[in-house]
Amino acid sequence: MSIVQFEYVSKKYYREAALDNVSFELPSGKVIGLIGPNGSGKSTTLKLMAGLIRASKGKVTVCDKPACRRISEEVAFLSELDAFYSFFTVQETINFYHEQYKDFDMEKAKAMLNFMQLKPDARVKDLSKGNRGRLKIVLSLSRQAKLILMDEPLSGLDPIVRDSIIKGLVSFINLEKQTVIMTTHEVSEIEPLLDMVIAIRDGHVLKIEEIDNIREKYNISLVEWMKKVFV
Amino acid sequence: MTESFNETQPIYLQLVQKVIMQIVRGDLKAGEKLPSVRESGTQFKVNPNTVQRAYADLERLTVVETRRGLGTFVTEDIVRLNQLREQLKHEKIDTFIQDMKEMGFNSNEIKAGLYEHLGDKS
Repeated sequence: MSIVQFEYVSKKYYREAALDNVSFELPSGKVIGLIGPNGSGKSTTLKLMAGLIRASKGKVTVCDKPACRRISEEVAFLSELDAFYSFFTVQETINFYHEQYKDFDMEKAKAMLNFMQLKPDARVKDLSKGNRGRLKIVLSLSRQAKLILMDEPLSGLDPIVRDSIIKGLVSFINLEKQTVIMTTHEVSEIEPLLDMVIAIRDGHVLKIEEIDNIREKYNISLVEWMKKVFV
Repeated sequence: MTESFNETQPIYLQLVQKVIMQIVRGDLKAGEKLPSVRESGTQFKVNPNTVQRAYADLERLTVVETRRGLGTFVTEDIVRLNQLREQLKHEKIDTFIQDMKEMGFNSNEIKAGLYEHLGDKS
């Protein structure tokens, strides 16, 4: 069953086309990487799935519904930017999300805070960048959303934080009920987590491929494959 | 503990090989429970789907058995485990001999070389 469908989708910012007549389908229950150079249309694709922006042309379907602002009830979106109230404590932020989203699982949030070693009474504005990155993961994975979208979850974070985020993801994701789609530049680090990749460049989808296939067919890693695809 | 994977083979296959090595070495004994899919995933930092696929392959090889609701266990079939050990031995010897022949050594030279090498160390 597919969780995301793009049918002839274009997105223009003024005259500039960020996505150009793109069609594809993504299956559920997988971890999918969205890869491509800067400015290729990755974030635009993700935001269209999250219902944060609207397609100029074509149709985006997520969880069998048209992707509009209300899709956020079923889709968790982890932004590349920080989207916290800085005067909240960690616990207050968790409580706020609990009020906002019906599918927010308080027990899971508690377990994840523990796993990430975040102090509930710390103020968000006093958190290090790494701990803000960890908190974002806690917030998006604590929702029992069918689709979890992550925009650059690892970018700008040190190796220890990246490690805890990757482990947190593996430990807390429920792939029987959830699908993860993430954009990333840390390709070799994230490869063992991925089932599939979508390669995007200049607003076009170049390829969608299963990771095992890349290794089985060509005997190369994802990074080597990217070098070939993006040439 | 992080263990790295090579760049060319599918990760699920590398996981299969890791488990087989553990069994042959005796780190995992007959009838012993394997880590859960999620535990393995967290340990190796791989997707649970990948671990699942590796366990399914191991089951197809009749090296492990999945018991519903309990987990995955190394088979208690000692004959199968011995067979696995022999199989692995032959595979490694085959590659070794092939490498040696490619370099132009004949059977007697290989035997003599092995004898000398092992004789020195044992």
